[in-house]
Amino acid sequence: MSTTSATVTPLPRDWGAPVAQRATLRIATAGSVDDGKSTLIGRLLHDTKTVFEDQLAAVVKASRRYGDGETNLALLTDGLRAEREQGITIDVAHRYFATPKRSFIVADTPGHAQYTRNMVTGASTADVAIVLVDARHGVVEQTRRHAFIATLVGVRAIVVAVNKMDLIDWDEAQYLSISKEVAEYIRALPTPVPVIAVPLSALLGDNVVEPSLNTPWYDGPPLLELLEEFDIAPANEVGARVHVQRVIRPQGGEFADFRGYAGVVAGGVLTVGDAVTILPVGIETTVTALHRAGKRVETAESGHAIVVELADKVDVARGDALVATASPTPPSVGEIVEVDVCWMTDQPLGVGSRYWFKHGSRTGRAVVAAVDYRHDLSSLEREPASELLLNDLGRIRLRLSEAIIADRYVDNPQGGRLILIDEATNTTAGAAMVAAHVR
Amino acid sequence: MWAPPVSTNFASIHLAALTDEAITIIREVAAECDNPVLLFSGGKDSAVLLHLALLAFAPARLPFPVMHVDTGHNFDEVIAYRDEFVASNDVRLVVASVQDSIDTGRVVEDNGPRASRNRLQSVTLLDAITEHGFDAAFGGGRRDEDKARAKERILSFRDRQGRWDPRQQRPEPWGVLNARIRKGEHLRAFPLSNWTELDIWRYIAAHEVALPSIYYSHTRTVVARDGMLLSVGGPVVLEPHEASFEAVVRYRTVGDASCTGAVESTAATVEDVIAEVAAARITERGATRADDTFSESAMEDRKREGYF
Repeated sequence: MSTTSATVTPLPRDWGAPVAQRATLRIATAGSVDDGKSTLIGRLLHDTKTVFEDQLAAVVKASRRYGDGETNLALLTDGLRAEREQGITIDVAHRYFATPKRSFIVADTPGHAQYTRNMVTGASTADVAIVLVDARHGVVEQTRRHAFIATLVGVRAIVVAVNKMDLIDWDEAQYLSISKEVAEYIRALPTPVPVIAVPLSALLGDNVVEPSLNTPWYDGPPLLELLEEFDIAPANEVGARVHVQRVIRPQGGEFADFRGYAGVVAGGVLTVGDAVTILPVGIETTVTALHRAGKRVETAESGHAIVVELADKVDVARGDALVATASPTPPSVGEIVEVDVCWMTDQPLGVGSRYWFKHGSRTGRAVVAAVDYRHDLSSLEREPASELLLNDLGRIRLRLSEAIIADRYVDNPQGGRLILIDEATNTTAGAAMVAAHVR
Repeated sequence: MWAPPVSTNFASIHLAALTDEAITIIREVAAECDNPVLLFSGGKDSAVLLHLALLAFAPARLPFPVMHVDTGHNFDEVIAYRDEFVASNDVRLVVASVQDSIDTGRVVEDNGPRASRNRLQSVTLLDAITEHGFDAAFGGGRRDEDKARAKERILSFRDRQGRWDPRQQRPEPWGVLNARIRKGEHLRAFPLSNWTELDIWRYIAAHEVALPSIYYSHTRTVVARDGMLLSVGGPVVLEPHEASFEAVVRYRTVGDASCTGAVESTAATVEDVIAEVAAARITERGATRADDTFSESAMEDRKREGYF
């Protein structure tokens, strides 16, 4: 895509120079209830010819049953009975479609504050969040909360979809005002990301897959084209690490002497012959072989599920990490962890609260040593707080029962995230991102 | 710095990423749970799942057994395939029999020409999970199969009654798996959550996964019923007004023989099937499963009862 001449809109309409074309893009919707998230995904699926005939027939039938009048495309993703009865989204739906340019994994998330935990689940794996805003109502608290969460859990860019433009007569000024407000909000967040805006109508399909005739003043591409063209800047090269999930030991047969360490590569490329340091013990050895999906490979990249063979017979267990000795940004090892956390359960988190934690392949106990502050979503001020309540975003410090080998989330997300698990209910209560080097 | 080759094959990169994801999930659940089991029906999804599980631990053997919930309404080719696959890969097979559940009075079978044992499987499955003390069951379920499945987590919690509560699912940020449960509860793990039917077939082609022959075109005696072609014989009995005929078909899904339909197809090879699936305008379940056309929320209802 070439650079468009941006004269009227406050936001650029392209993503800049392509960096590395990716085969798969993960996207998530965000925004308040009734802003049209599910309808937009339904429209994307429908207009990319991804909806099968029997699915569409079922949606037409269900639309009549629930009195939705015309075909309600939101029913393509609102698949639970309770969702259809109430006309809301309760939990994330995952949908899949592909264009000649790439494959998409779509998470359609709920807008209700009550189900923010499910929005966190959907946004956490997304590369791009589509933040919808109802053009009639503009930015509301849930718009801000979702934009904040999306940047916190690590989306790389946000599309502001100003929806229901048909209901404000395609008013350019209103569109500009809303998109500017969201962009400025995101720019002021602790971890801002690039923002692009699109004026659209999910209901009618304008600027979703096909360009709209109703927005002559908008010279950017429709939403799908933005998503097809979006390319993520390469992740930081912090150096390869593998958190060991399992030791593979055949114990007999022709592979009796085989000993391999299974895990996922993060942070960089690992190559046969590389020197690696085993953490936390600090012993150095060399990679002698790599296997991916049952085949020997010479190199493995971030995201690859591999088995590593090492030159020396050393003690490596689940929970340990193999780290490229030449890592430009090595991880730190410690039990004191400062994290940003999304709190997702009714029980408040306070000083002294105890949880299970899971980081990489390591689990243990965590106690809250301090609550530093919570974020006020409107002013973006850091408010002093003694506890975090459901849906709060804040900064806390944890003391862990055992050391973790961690990166700052901004340096290497895979090595900088942990979940907190409620000891009584076993539910996943918090999503936490390492904010400072552990010690 | 990583940069892709100019002529990058996106489909194969996407498939490799799905493969990495599935293997990672399988390894993680096996590490976190004491006594997992892999549900293996001999269908294409469970064949791919088992193939991935073997890769996940290679060259070591599979560290858990596989279980077939046997409705007794089987395709002979599928049972032969199951036994062959298990024997040639040194895998331990557990069979849980719906017939046993009927014989012991755990479930009551419907009568009549259209009776299906599909729904009865949930009881047999949950009983077997209890009997063997399994704390996690890997399934080949995919989110693109059904609108209720589209809502489910990769690691999905089941209470002591084996129930799924879609309104109280645990958050699953970044796909970090929380496998903590209390005694008597269990987990279902879905490593193929993000796969589509086409991805499954591309994997079968790329890894030369053997499948039961009924997945490929063959001639069969069928009856047209409820918009589907059901194989005549076994559990499917002709009603007085029905007539059977010969057709060139293949199976897009393989489940209980009483309610799994064949589709007309001349696709005889993996490549043929991939081309056919890529052009399909009807979903696989819509085309082949009578059980899912009963009501709008048939799958959700069955899943709440403990179904796969």
